[in-house]
Amino acid sequence: MSLSFMLIFYLISGVCFILALRGLSSPESSQRGNKYAILGMIIAVLTTLTSSEIRVTGYLWIILAIIIGGFIGTRISKKIEMKSLPQLVAGFHSLVGLTAVLVSSSSLLSPETYGIGVVGGIKISSLLEMSLGGTIGAITFSGSVVAFMKLQGVISGKPLSFPLQHRLNATIVAVIVMLIALFVATEFHSVFYIMLFLAFIIGFLLILPIGGADMPVVISMLNSYSGWAACGIGFTLGNTLLIITGALVGSSGAILSYIMCKGMNRSILNVILGGFGGEKARLGDSGIERDKAVKIGSPEDAAFIMENASKVIIVPGYGMAVSQAQHSLRELSDILKSKGVEVKYAIHPVAGRMPGHMNVLLAEANVPYDEVFELEEINHEFSTADVVYVIGANDVTNPLAKTDKDSPIYGMPILEVSRARTVFFVKRTMGFGYSGVENPLFFADNTIMLFGDAKKVTEEIIQDITT
Amino acid sequence: MTGVEFSLFLTIFVLSCFIGYYVVWRVTPALHSPLMAVTNAISSVIIVGSLLSLGSSDSLIAQVLGFFGVLFASINIFGGFVITRRMLLMFKKKKEEGRS
Repeated sequence: MSLSFMLIFYLISGVCFILALRGLSSPESSQRGNKYAILGMIIAVLTTLTSSEIRVTGYLWIILAIIIGGFIGTRISKKIEMKSLPQLVAGFHSLVGLTAVLVSSSSLLSPETYGIGVVGGIKISSLLEMSLGGTIGAITFSGSVVAFMKLQGVISGKPLSFPLQHRLNATIVAVIVMLIALFVATEFHSVFYIMLFLAFIIGFLLILPIGGADMPVVISMLNSYSGWAACGIGFTLGNTLLIITGALVGSSGAILSYIMCKGMNRSILNVILGGFGGEKARLGDSGIERDKAVKIGSPEDAAFIMENASKVIIVPGYGMAVSQAQHSLRELSDILKSKGVEVKYAIHPVAGRMPGHMNVLLAEANVPYDEVFELEEINHEFSTADVVYVIGANDVTNPLAKTDKDSPIYGMPILEVSRARTVFFVKRTMGFGYSGVENPLFFADNTIMLFGDAKKVTEEIIQDITT
Repeated sequence: MTGVEFSLFLTIFVLSCFIGYYVVWRVTPALHSPLMAVTNAISSVIIVGSLLSLGSSDSLIAQVLGFFGVLFASINIFGGFVITRRMLLMFKKKKEEGRS
């Protein structure tokens, strides 16, 4: 196949990827979008295989690698439970990063394969691009591994910080930049590998101080990085499809990061510097007297009030994911609907551990997506709701975000649940939310606390309604 | 890479960023998780680099790196598309049940 044919097919493949993202604008067209993405990938692989001189043994190895990888990937994705989705995505990101590192190393070892020169005489621009692709890939890899371990609970989700952390990070970044300059000037392989090694280290160090509830931002950011890494490789190899795809993925991740940061009213820099919710946690203590009484209710009370309500809004948070309460929730809302109660779900942008996390869990439990609303869509409806059922969410409802300028969550958009007639808060204990800030809502006159596991409490309410 | 080539690649890059920007803003927030999964799968198109180093490089090390590159990228591609499909099917299912 000639070069121009190859470019045309790469263009078609790129258009397929754009259509895939376009398809996600609504659930109806999303299935077709995924098919476009698969088609684009098949075109990309076949075009590459037919337009290059590949040895017969090479084909055998390629088929073997694809079969093994495809088998592992398919198996993992078929078996995994939806609650482990954030870990899975973080794990997949790490593989993109690792592949980028492998490709950039290959292009250094064997530049003639990609037509970018010969060993010892690689073009300067290609050297620069392969360093960028390689380092971003390495950061994506190790950063995603840390994110994976935090989400899986292998290491603590708490922010881990130590003295001089930022100074150490800044020093490492400066050294990496110098090494890139040195490598571009000399093409020393050892410099390249030291640079990659330091990039691995900085990836670890960057994600370690970031706490569990900031994971939506971290995952989006790593998503973005994996795209930019692909772009860097695309420039190195002069591959238009990689540039197009990398740019699409990079901007997608960047937009998601922006939406998540906006959902917390924090700058991306503030999230990256980390430490949120760790040291500052004690700030909350001074605010409100903790000995103030809260009203504690029972599932029967909740059942009685809910079945006599005309409108109930459910606010799920990470706690729902942890206790896997989404199926019982759906059951509860079905019963309420059968009694003529209007039921809606309100989702905060940063609820859960990845963008859209709550939506997927509710979808898993067969909650119709037209009952699920985003913050801006539903915030004005709380004043007309008889009952708000907050299940596993805390900070995203905290009114201090609007009133207390000293609070770390000040300025964060919240779900204004306190405007409803009655608010039921399902919590395991009286503990603080992730931000470490006391939630004055617990002490409000129209708030009733239901202590216990989210799923158990919901099931008890169901029993009390049906009997 | 000549200067002209680089400028062309830069053109493609910048325009693709704009397309990505406008297309992704139209993605409904409910589908942000599938969006991450599918972008993850398509960024594995980086597999084309590994295919070349495995299939046509003369350096044995590059071939080994290529083999693992193809392997890891395949995990991602298959895994990413399968999990995206699983998620999207859940969103579809409800629509039909909602009608009945």
